[in-house]
Amino acid sequence: MAESKNDVRIGVYVCHCGSNIAGTVDVDDLTSFAQQQGSVAVARNYKFMCSEPGQALIKKDIEELGLNRVVVASCSPRMHEPTFRRVCEDANLNPYQLDMCNIREQCSWVHKSGATGKAKALVSAAISRAYYLQPLERREVLVTPAVLVVGGGIAGIQAALKVAEAGHKVYLVEREPSIGGHMIQLDKTFPTLDCSACILTPKMAAVKAHPDIELMTYSEVVDVQGYVGNFRVTIRRKPRYVDESLCTGCGICQEKCPWKADSEFDCGLGQRKAIYTPFPQAVPNVPVIDPEHCVYIQKEGKCGACLKFCERGAIDFTQKEKMVDVEVGAIIVATGYDLMDPSAISRLGYKRFPNVITSMEFERLCNATGPTGGHITIDGKEPKSVAIIHCVGSRDEKYHTYCSRVCCMYALKFAHLIGEKIEGAQVYQFYIDMRCYGKGFEEFYQRASSEAVNFVRGRPAQVTDFAMTPEEKGKLVVVCENTLVGRPVRVPVDMVILCPAMEPRADAKEVARRFNLSQSADGFLLEKHAKLDPVATANDGVFIVGCVQGPKDIPDTVAQGLAGAAEALALIEKGRVELEAATAFVNEAACSGCKICVSLCPYSAITFSETEKLSHINEALCKGCGVCVAACPAGAIVGRHFTDQQILAEVAALLVDTRPATVAV
Amino acid sequence: MSYVYYPGCSLTGTARECEESIQSVMRFLGVKWTELEDWNCCGAAVATGVSYLLSLALPARNLALSEKTEADLVTGCSRCYLNLIRAQHYIQHNANLKRDVNAVLAEAGIQYAGTARLRHLLDVIINDVGLDTVAEKVTQPLSGLQVAAYYGCCQGMWTYAQFDSTEDPTCFDRLLAALGAEVVYYPLKQACCGGTLSMSKRAVGAPLIGDLLLAAIAVEADCIVTACPLCTFNLNSFQNEAGRAKGTKFNMPVLFVTQLMGLAFGLPPKTLGLHRNVVPPDPVYRKIAAGAAASSAEAVASGTK
Amino acid sequence: MVVPSNNWEPTIVGFLCNWCAYQGADLAGTSRMTYAPNVRIVRVMCTGRIDPTFVLKAFQSGADGVIVAGCHPGDCHYSEGNYKTIRRVTLLRKLLSQMGIDPERFRLEWVSAGEGAKWAQIADEMSAAIKAKGPLAWWETLKEA
Repeated sequence: MAESKNDVRIGVYVCHCGSNIAGTVDVDDLTSFAQQQGSVAVARNYKFMCSEPGQALIKKDIEELGLNRVVVASCSPRMHEPTFRRVCEDANLNPYQLDMCNIREQCSWVHKSGATGKAKALVSAAISRAYYLQPLERREVLVTPAVLVVGGGIAGIQAALKVAEAGHKVYLVEREPSIGGHMIQLDKTFPTLDCSACILTPKMAAVKAHPDIELMTYSEVVDVQGYVGNFRVTIRRKPRYVDESLCTGCGICQEKCPWKADSEFDCGLGQRKAIYTPFPQAVPNVPVIDPEHCVYIQKEGKCGACLKFCERGAIDFTQKEKMVDVEVGAIIVATGYDLMDPSAISRLGYKRFPNVITSMEFERLCNATGPTGGHITIDGKEPKSVAIIHCVGSRDEKYHTYCSRVCCMYALKFAHLIGEKIEGAQVYQFYIDMRCYGKGFEEFYQRASSEAVNFVRGRPAQVTDFAMTPEEKGKLVVVCENTLVGRPVRVPVDMVILCPAMEPRADAKEVARRFNLSQSADGFLLEKHAKLDPVATANDGVFIVGCVQGPKDIPDTVAQGLAGAAEALALIEKGRVELEAATAFVNEAACSGCKICVSLCPYSAITFSETEKLSHINEALCKGCGVCVAACPAGAIVGRHFTDQQILAEVAALLVDTRPATVAV
Repeated sequence: MSYVYYPGCSLTGTARECEESIQSVMRFLGVKWTELEDWNCCGAAVATGVSYLLSLALPARNLALSEKTEADLVTGCSRCYLNLIRAQHYIQHNANLKRDVNAVLAEAGIQYAGTARLRHLLDVIINDVGLDTVAEKVTQPLSGLQVAAYYGCCQGMWTYAQFDSTEDPTCFDRLLAALGAEVVYYPLKQACCGGTLSMSKRAVGAPLIGDLLLAAIAVEADCIVTACPLCTFNLNSFQNEAGRAKGTKFNMPVLFVTQLMGLAFGLPPKTLGLHRNVVPPDPVYRKIAAGAAASSAEAVASGTK
Repeated sequence: MVVPSNNWEPTIVGFLCNWCAYQGADLAGTSRMTYAPNVRIVRVMCTGRIDPTFVLKAFQSGADGVIVAGCHPGDCHYSEGNYKTIRRVTLLRKLLSQMGIDPERFRLEWVSAGEGAKWAQIADEMSAAIKAKGPLAWWETLKEA
């Protein structure tokens, strides 16, 4: 569509954003500057461009002044580009004839001086680019009405159940032999002291029973192809060596197996067999054989006890790993967290003293299904005094600066459980602050304070077994400063529980890459917007829920799981998703058939026709990255919405104030 | 790598024996250095009580003097090191302090630019000379000698942060292991010896020293080895008072790090100032000799000799 | 030779990729970090879109320095765009010195969406470094040529 120079009519809108922009940038000066630029039909400023009246202002001008380009100088396009595109659409202007200029996040918020001058340059650039913007066609594809949930902890379980409840297919993939995540390892949960297994196992059973949920445990996602609405995922199903369709879960194989290994589920405090279910209420209740400890596998055919005793013939040592491909419209990543290994903080004595344990190890001791049958004992001895050290690796410049959110509350929970199980036990909490912010949390804290719990505000310097007084003999001594009293204390105890930081999983980086996600500075996966879009990500169609996004407790995890389900369902219910409009195309007249572009495309969107001797771009696959555009030696590939003409004009205008007026570029 | 050495007042005064051993050992290791010309007292623990600016200007002058030599400034006294590195750090991060300190130094015709490179003796031995070289030079391995490595406290925060860990420093242990000694687990390795309290407030200082000695005895150490002349002085000289405070009698040899190194290198004890140690180190000599005899006998028995 | 006045400030153009670096720069904003106002940003979807002519255009139009900032290698939103950028930049640097532009006026940086502080630091460092070098005024060089 050829427009003559007179035909281009640009409307420029400068937002005050309250005082966020207007406080540092002279918006009136900026507006009159914009008005003076070529092809600008009108320039205005307003307190909040994104508000109803602000949007109405733009719409009115488009209609009454016949604007065919809109420039909004305000916050980051990552914030409101969709908003203003919709405004254009509502006024019958193609949404791609909008250009946004970031004078907030990248100008008014970061410069104490020079902000107005920079803003002028940026607006000038945006106007020049806008001049060359063309309308683009929007296309839609259908959304596959199925969802992949990666991770079978409480977040994944909750998301899967909700999506299935809406009548859609869910693939739930879990790396461990059973779903349940970390939550099933816990004993009681704060602040209600519900038994964790009691509230979780019904949900686990519901997952197994639901006809729309296909549960794949002992499996991992190895590859993700496609885009929002149309993902193709490859899942590796690791060999269990047990046929799921034949196994009845009778457990005789586990009973008869003579080979033991440390139980991962019990944090190494107990043992399991080489053929095992991680815990009795495992879902599915089908064991796996651990090839490292199975003598049949290690010694080629020796033993075979399980083979002998299984009445259903479910043991199958010929199983190999299987690759399964599924097609889904949305992916929910719920892969959870790990606890930091506190041995790095050697002065606290973890691994040196057997009586220094982590919170998860304590949960296993406390749990009736644990290695000690729920008795809090180490080497058969019950502690009469316990120290709980908060913030081990959290709120620490050397390890993790963030707060792990749940430790203060579970530390109080521990104090209560210890008091319940061990008569006359003394519990000491070594804390920095008591963070009890949630519903029912403060009340829980008050209750704990009234029980036999001693609070010492201080960060322990050391846990030592070196006794300096008779009372300290045979005990562990926590050396700390009681900062409220201003004096150092030495507290002899029988057991020390450490509250280690909640960390991203060890393979968080790989998970991020596999799903094309980013990590935040702390290593957890990055959400789209911390407040307004906490489960969406920069990769449309992929959502992150639960502790994979950051430390949180069970209520918040469940809420996020449900949020992720809502996002996925919204996508599926809409049924259609818009394809990227800013794709590339080949100007066939200019293509010389050199084929340089073909191998460059990461999405294999470019094919070469031998008959026509031309390259062709499949616009359904093209994501608009522009690599081929830059590479084409003939300049035959045009990157819509980011054409050479548009970018070069933008650059030239960006620098107008740096060169003498006589210099033409 | 060129060095200029800053001994400080204690090493050239009451801690003579440490200084003698430093010079002998570093000469033996082939480390060449000259003494920093016209050095002044670093201010020790006292200057801060007089004036904050003085407590920074005193060490800054030494840093400024070292800048002129363009060599690394090495010190063997942990208090000197602490004062120097604190001055370096605070002045670097506070332009106003730098201006004020340089105004003071200007009176002495000198300026501190901030380019001085400060090194601790242990850092130079472990990282520049290297533990492999140290091990090679050992002629009398300290086998059988059980050593409690006492890192000291005020050093910990700043010193070990530069070349080790502040939470759980191990550099000293590695050095002692290279000498062939058996390093025992010493639970109070970073506990305070009381510093100058041993002299100014003995009632507080003596029990602290006593705790350190008791801990060494509890882990069956033959001797305590320190990296700080004041710690050496405290642990050596107040064993009677400490004994009275703890209701026992002490006779624990306490050696400065280079004194023990010198013994492993086969240097004569007199060149290491060992004759000046308040608690005679004879038990250490005996243990070393016994260890040598034992390994010799073992070698004969197994036919390797 | 353009002699700068005492309060001359350099102008640097930054080509930032939408998914990582641009978001990182936004983060510096939402975190209210303060840094030098000398860098003016052009958003592209991927650093792989950056044609060397963009960089040359920037210098020609009056930029004293140019930064290209994208996702860390391996983290490109479009999988490999930043690897292509590395290859092109290597060649571009050679070209720049042949054209009379000090290659230190051009930088390639990796800034992730979470690295707001890093972006602020880069902006400050680059501004100070280019200020020390003085104005480029490449149009003068071109005139002489």
